[in-house]
Amino acid sequence: MGLRRIIGNILDRSIDPQKRRERKSLQESMEQNVMGMIIMIAIVVSIAGIVEIVPLYYLDNTIEKLTKEEDSIRPYTALEQEGRDVYIREGCYLCHSQMIRPFRDEKERYGHYSLAAESKYDHPFQWGSKRTGPDLARVGGKYSNDWQVQHLRAPRSLVPESVMPNYAFFEDNIIDDTLTERKLRALAMVGVPYTEADFAGAAAAVRGKTEMDAMVAYLQVLGTMVKFEEGKDYRE
Amino acid sequence: MVESTPENPNYNITIVKAFALCAVVYLIVGSLVGDLIAWQLSFPALNFNEYLSFGRLRPLHTNAVIFAFGGCTLMATAFYIVQRTCGVPLWSNKMAWFTFWGWNLIIVSAVISFPMGWTSGKEYAELEWPIDILIAVVWLSYMFNFIMTIVNRKVSHIYVANWFFLGMMIMITYLHVVNSLAVPVTLTHSYSIYSGVHDAMIQWWWGHNAVGFFLTAGFLGIMYYFIPKQADMPIYSYRLSVLHFWALMFGYVWLGAHHLQYTALPDWAGSLGAAVSLAMIIPSWGGAVNGLMTLSGAWHKLRDDYVLRFMVVSLAFYAMSTFEGPVMSLKTVNALSHYTDWTIGHVHSGALGWVAMVSIGAIYHLVPRLWKTEIHSVSLVNTHFWIHTIGTVIYVCAMWVSGLMQGLMWRATDDYGNLVYTFAETVVAMHPYYVLRSVGGFLVLIGALIMLYNVVMTIKANGQSKTAAAQV
Repeated sequence: MGLRRIIGNILDRSIDPQKRRERKSLQESMEQNVMGMIIMIAIVVSIAGIVEIVPLYYLDNTIEKLTKEEDSIRPYTALEQEGRDVYIREGCYLCHSQMIRPFRDEKERYGHYSLAAESKYDHPFQWGSKRTGPDLARVGGKYSNDWQVQHLRAPRSLVPESVMPNYAFFEDNIIDDTLTERKLRALAMVGVPYTEADFAGAAAAVRGKTEMDAMVAYLQVLGTMVKFEEGKDYRE
Repeated sequence: MVESTPENPNYNITIVKAFALCAVVYLIVGSLVGDLIAWQLSFPALNFNEYLSFGRLRPLHTNAVIFAFGGCTLMATAFYIVQRTCGVPLWSNKMAWFTFWGWNLIIVSAVISFPMGWTSGKEYAELEWPIDILIAVVWLSYMFNFIMTIVNRKVSHIYVANWFFLGMMIMITYLHVVNSLAVPVTLTHSYSIYSGVHDAMIQWWWGHNAVGFFLTAGFLGIMYYFIPKQADMPIYSYRLSVLHFWALMFGYVWLGAHHLQYTALPDWAGSLGAAVSLAMIIPSWGGAVNGLMTLSGAWHKLRDDYVLRFMVVSLAFYAMSTFEGPVMSLKTVNALSHYTDWTIGHVHSGALGWVAMVSIGAIYHLVPRLWKTEIHSVSLVNTHFWIHTIGTVIYVCAMWVSGLMQGLMWRATDDYGNLVYTFAETVVAMHPYYVLRSVGGFLVLIGALIMLYNVVMTIKANGQSKTAAAQV
């Protein structure tokens, strides 16, 4: 209604020489017509999202193509997913990133730069925005399970300089296995390729496990699913 | 430019009072939690238990300052400005009170849910899905009431402050709904429907526009009304405000991608984000100049008008952080600054310098007018101004230094190409700056407490003068 009136006004004025002389700018008409202004704002603020977000779903090279040998990216197991939920609950992403950038020092410190493919089953993504602690994208396999447990229990017992909170209570919390299947089914709804067998075995896979077990399982799988080929450029 | 309309006795002033008081209280809550987590980073023993650990309290801090303090300020000022610039009372008082109680219910649920660990894990959008739905409903009630009040207006033109509020309301609806889409598992747990790189782009499209629209467009609405009012001067340039408005509406939305430079987000998106970020210096500075030049011919007022001081310094911070932001979005700078405390410093120069100061100025302008009295103590306003300014400067400088150090230490290599520092060594090096930051934050908190005292005493004095008048 509002937009039509504004466009109508413009057309009117461009045709009728009498009206052209007493012309009102587009801005002027919008300032007098709240619906027109709302519609204009709604259009103007939509453009960037359409240009920046929508193509990510259609461009083939958004997620890297990997060869069969390289690609062993799979959905998280039930236990790993439970660990991931604990990771999110505790807000780990506020101090730890999971996104290695293609710089020499990051390669030295953390390993190969991260691929989009590696987080394609991550709902939500956990790339993070701040490194108060080190990046965790490839922490999997870097330390033993015992080290991880002790570090979560009391970080300063292993790294005296650390400012991380203690997470000893993970060992006292038993995972609620009645929810695990529902979690996997919810993830399947948004495209994670879990199978019926995964759903059926979900509860049993986490029964009796503590949050500590789940957390360590999650940390130990991070960044281990791609076998990188030396010297290959994955981001073209 | 501010079209003054005769005082209308039907204006709903009570709702403005309620939101303004809430804003002052939430400023204290937000900076208290913020300062606590700052101390936790200095002394990790302060993570008392699982409910009060850094990872759970940090979302409480960000949500409290952005949505509780910022939100209540925006609602108080929008409802005040729209009535006065349109010359009509609010379209619906009932709906305004629904917005008030709804918004406070959301804040209370946030205070409960974050320490419990109920989070969706998306920065600045951590609240779980039932609360997200409530936010959408309450936000729409706020927007609808605002629009309908404009529809009823008695003046022919919509005042510029209202354009900015409209822009914010429309874009935030959009962002909140799209970014929060999730599949629920239980009432307190859900998974985002987006994953990986797509989730990252959508999250930062939200993240940067929570800054660009909630914390910028809305507060520019405040600036365009309260600065001319407080200075008693018309807005410097109408054309500049038109340019400022449309360039901001169009440009800000592109910037999210600059949070993802050098990540697995395709290069073209990050570059596009950085290019538009640079271009955004022009409208942002145009807006800052527009606000500052409004004072031309009235600069002498700064000598004894402390409220005006808050507003002018807020514009200086606005100009500074809208220059710093585009610089940080450049790939070469971002390679150093990303993941470091520099980002935190940048955010706080915007949040403490620009948003908090323009809000505090607006609230100090409002309180005596709403309660029809004089401010209890002008000198306490002055004290607050200096404590807040010094606290902010300490905070921001500490984070600049620690951010640069962090970035440089992480990338330092020796002659043989080996890393010079372990990560743990860089953590130790940050300690003095983290302590300094906590002190800066503490000053801001003290300032907020002074403000609450001053506001409460002002309201009390008004009550006493009324009873005194009644006795006579």
